[in-house]
Amino acid sequence: MENIRTLIVDDSSVMRKIVERSLRQAGLNLTETLEASNGAEALAAIKDHKVDLILCDINMPVMDGLEFVKQLATLESAKGTPVVMITTEGSEGHVVQALSAGARGYIRKPFTPDQVKEHVLPVLAGNL
Amino acid sequence: MNQITTWPPSSTGHECWIPTLQLSTQEVFQLMLGYSLELSAEPPLEDGLDMTSMVGLAGRLCGVLTLRCSAKSAARMASRMLGIDPEKAGPEMWDAVGEICNMVAGNFKNKISGLGDGCMLSVPTVITGADYNIRSMANDVLQTTFLFEGEPIILSIEVHN
Repeated sequence: MENIRTLIVDDSSVMRKIVERSLRQAGLNLTETLEASNGAEALAAIKDHKVDLILCDINMPVMDGLEFVKQLATLESAKGTPVVMITTEGSEGHVVQALSAGARGYIRKPFTPDQVKEHVLPVLAGNL
Repeated sequence: MNQITTWPPSSTGHECWIPTLQLSTQEVFQLMLGYSLELSAEPPLEDGLDMTSMVGLAGRLCGVLTLRCSAKSAARMASRMLGIDPEKAGPEMWDAVGEICNMVAGNFKNKISGLGDGCMLSVPTVITGADYNIRSMANDVLQTTFLFEGEPIILSIEVHN
């Protein structure tokens, strides 16, 4: 897929780099990658930048990923931007919470690049 | 990844969770570092394990999951995760061991029946240096030792309830 602008939200800089690498391995041509270390930073980042895809952790300081997804839904400028959660919180309850809040996909850590591809490509193609 | 371990009877300790802790750790190293972690047959030599990462667990299970390793091992973990030279890992090795500890904790709790939604994880804390003491309120301590590129890493869970 061509010319994808993405926002990666995770309090671990190592994990942000791994996620970005996995997206490239999935065949995405990333023209711009924004990073944020919590939900509040992510909200600030997308006020000024339009992105095509957001990958977001759940457990983060300041503002967690579930709260971020809820607040994102209230931003007119981010309407329709798909969010895929990437998190260690793998329980069914967390998945339901995330999807109910507006996330389109859910990837459990640890993950493989193939799993990222499997979850992200359908979301970008508008199938989920 | 889908193996589910049951809660031990209240009359026993938590030793039955050690294989789950081992599997949870091995999966994280295999998937995120591309490394097949092997159990150490030797008792752990703790000298030189000057990097400690901790993730707190709260809820149905209260406790702390701890990963201990040398700074050299931490740099090699960061190297494998990021595809960089170990000598260039720098501060990213702290982040790497913290994130590995976080993933092991999450993977572990997701394998224990009823813990997934019933137990919260803290963000990881990483301590450098070996000259410290922790006063624990733990009732039970589970510990397992692996060899990572020939050097020991110790995973433990202190269970508070």
